[in-house]
Amino acid sequence: MQAFLAWIEARIPMMRVANMHAIQYPAPRNMNFWYVFGFLATIVLVNQIVTGIWLTMNFNPTAEGAFASVEYIMREIDYGWIIRYMHSTGASAFFIVVYMHMFRGMIYGSYQKPRELLWIFGMLIYLALMAEAFMGYVLPWGQMSYWGAQVIVSLFSAIPVIGPDLVQWIQGDYVISGATLNRFFALHVIALPLVIVILVFLHIIALHEVGSNNPDGVAIKHKKGSLSEDEKTKFEIHEYYTSKYDIADDVVPFFPHIVLKDLVAFCIFLAAFTYIMFFAPEMGGKFLEHPNFEIANPLKTPEHIFPVWYFTPFYAILKAVPDKLFGVIAMFGAIIFLFLLPWFDRGTVKSWRYRSGLHKLNLLVFAGVFIFLGYLGGTPQENWKITASQILTVMYFGFFILLFIYSKNETTKPVPARIPK
Amino acid sequence: MRKLICVLALLLPGMALAAGGNVHLDKANYDLSDKASLQRGAKLFMNYCLGCHGQQYQRYQRTFNDLGIPEELAEENLQFTGDKISDYIERSMPAESAAQWFGAAPPDLTLVARVRGADWIYTYLRSFYVDESRPFGVNNTVFPEVGMPHVLQPLQGTPRMVEEEAMVDGETVMRHAGIKTDGDGALTTAEYDQAILDLVNYLEYTGEPFRLESESIGKWVLIFILVLFVFVFMLKKEFWRDVH
Amino acid sequence: MITNRKIIRVVGFLTVATSVVGGVGVVGAAVPFVASWNPSAKAKAAGADVEVDISGIEPGQLIRVMWRSKPVWIVRRTPEILAELGQHEDQLRDPNSENEQQPAFAQNQYRSMKEEYLILVGICTHLGCSPQHMKDGAFEEYVEGVPEGFFCPCHGSKFDMAGRVFQNVPAPLNLVVPPYQFVDDATVIIGSEAEVA
Repeated sequence: MQAFLAWIEARIPMMRVANMHAIQYPAPRNMNFWYVFGFLATIVLVNQIVTGIWLTMNFNPTAEGAFASVEYIMREIDYGWIIRYMHSTGASAFFIVVYMHMFRGMIYGSYQKPRELLWIFGMLIYLALMAEAFMGYVLPWGQMSYWGAQVIVSLFSAIPVIGPDLVQWIQGDYVISGATLNRFFALHVIALPLVIVILVFLHIIALHEVGSNNPDGVAIKHKKGSLSEDEKTKFEIHEYYTSKYDIADDVVPFFPHIVLKDLVAFCIFLAAFTYIMFFAPEMGGKFLEHPNFEIANPLKTPEHIFPVWYFTPFYAILKAVPDKLFGVIAMFGAIIFLFLLPWFDRGTVKSWRYRSGLHKLNLLVFAGVFIFLGYLGGTPQENWKITASQILTVMYFGFFILLFIYSKNETTKPVPARIPK
Repeated sequence: MRKLICVLALLLPGMALAAGGNVHLDKANYDLSDKASLQRGAKLFMNYCLGCHGQQYQRYQRTFNDLGIPEELAEENLQFTGDKISDYIERSMPAESAAQWFGAAPPDLTLVARVRGADWIYTYLRSFYVDESRPFGVNNTVFPEVGMPHVLQPLQGTPRMVEEEAMVDGETVMRHAGIKTDGDGALTTAEYDQAILDLVNYLEYTGEPFRLESESIGKWVLIFILVLFVFVFMLKKEFWRDVH
Repeated sequence: MITNRKIIRVVGFLTVATSVVGGVGVVGAAVPFVASWNPSAKAKAAGADVEVDISGIEPGQLIRVMWRSKPVWIVRRTPEILAELGQHEDQLRDPNSENEQQPAFAQNQYRSMKEEYLILVGICTHLGCSPQHMKDGAFEEYVEGVPEGFFCPCHGSKFDMAGRVFQNVPAPLNLVVPPYQFVDDATVIIGSEAEVA
């Protein structure tokens, strides 16, 4: 067995890569609850790919057959309904996990130097994920699939000069039709998943190059030679790291410590996931919208058109601006501002544990604004809601502006040199 | 630009329509494990609804098996359209004629319970009232100007709107206050309500035939996860004992 | 793979137990995926039994029906054909149908429930082509002295009017007899045998 492994290792460094990235990788020992969501996101990604492949075995990507083929999967394929619900619950779970993952990055300053590129890769994954989810939702060809596609694709007509032609080009037809469904199918099934997987790979490479942050924002890799033997870790960490740095006794090896920690989180996540899957897959119409159980009808617009819950904050921002073009700009601007977070934050203290009360408030308000915008974007329009979403949109962008202003000369607490015991 | 405003503007008048927006819906206490109720509901559907409404995503055979109706009995008593038992439940009326006669083709009802909800259907079927101005002579408080005739009238009896005076925004108006029948139906009000509940139960079943199985499997999966959690948690604690 | 000396001692019951429970979970999770490959209700409906009205078949005539997307022949054999069946048994590979290519009721010289009616799955046992029915002496070209039979054009296999395969041809087995039952003299159901009381 050893000889066989050695034969492989000499030709492809399987064991070395595994040791470097999954076994002897130095992880901070104070990683808390907020740090499980990256692992959970990977699990959900695998879930979406596997269940997606299985759904593709029986899904019919034509306007005439799509809706019926989904019901066929649910009713006539053995356990087809399990696979379908795993996929639909997984889509929403993906965004819950990713939003928590992003918020972790914000509160612990995981986007600050040298992790700006890591944050950019993450935002690119988020963007790709939103496109992927949008196209996936069109595939069942229900009322919401069709009309949601109609609304979102027609947004592009706001672009000056090329707008209307662009919309027709995207649709592949004069209206949303089977041509649109077919190309969304191709993009959703292979193109974007490939892009996402590659981006996730790059995201993890970028992470491992600079090392993981932690809830105290304290460095765990110190200058070579600066630590005494006592202060260095007793665990076996890969020499890729130990040759360049002194690794403090603030780390645990990724395997088995972090893996086990992640598995505990996984069990809890799985319990929630399977509860929803088996007992409430629609989640009151939030995960599977009620109108989508009616086949797409180009002649009948549903009473209320909402995107699925994870898009609703941005939908609220879009609707808050009375002008179509500026609404689109505001909506995309909201995402672009997120991209630029590492540069809006001019501070050098990473974790909110050591930053000003203003910063903590700013972050919590931002989270609240995002959630409230989501509520406004996902419920029927009322007059007070229009005003509220306008105020909240200003507050959303206000987070970044405020951060830019106060982060230069912020009152911060002294950051310890080592992770507190 | 215009198209988007049109689409978004459609959201606003949607609030004014009473189609589910502001009407109080009665609670439908259906029970998917009540096979007798499901069977009665299936019988009502085949006898009264199948003429115009299909259930094209559901097969007869599956329905009979799930509801515990022996196949020969079912073929004799519940199948009228000449379809085989392995066929999908298609309506007998051709689609184009349906669109011509009713203005819009009567929708397929396999998934109606997932689109509208049990409470809506339960209230809707009990909210028809006589209205001479309508083509079929009836209107509906839950779905105003509906194109559907009151197929179940022989069971319910002639339903009449009861009106009452009320103060709305400082003005005296006549308001709908409920529906009373002339008493000429085959069933009493209580019996009719039960029949509609059975029908709603059946429609909930066809919307998601595997619901009971799903909850049963889900229970065991959750128990398994609990067991796994205990082991994983203990193992994690064991390895982390010397850290910190 | 654990190389840290401090924690080696912990590799014990708990790890094994957790792995076992985890393994059970993985197998359980795989069940829906594996099961989803089973024939669906649609496939089963399409594969259901086929009822055939045989009252109109003339003596010597062959009709073809589809069962489970396969061609099934029903031939109304004449007394001459039946008589000839015993004359060429030395040229057959499996004259007594010892290989299980037929239900129990067809393990006889005529390979059928009723002598008069031959029911076979019309797929050559070599590589799956559908043989041609050669009648009125046309089969003599292929087997001297045998006026009627089935000849497969793909690779030249030959079968007699009981579906039995000749020697020295690529096909190794007799043609398959499907399960069937007679509802009455005019109707046969292909796909299942009658339940034994």
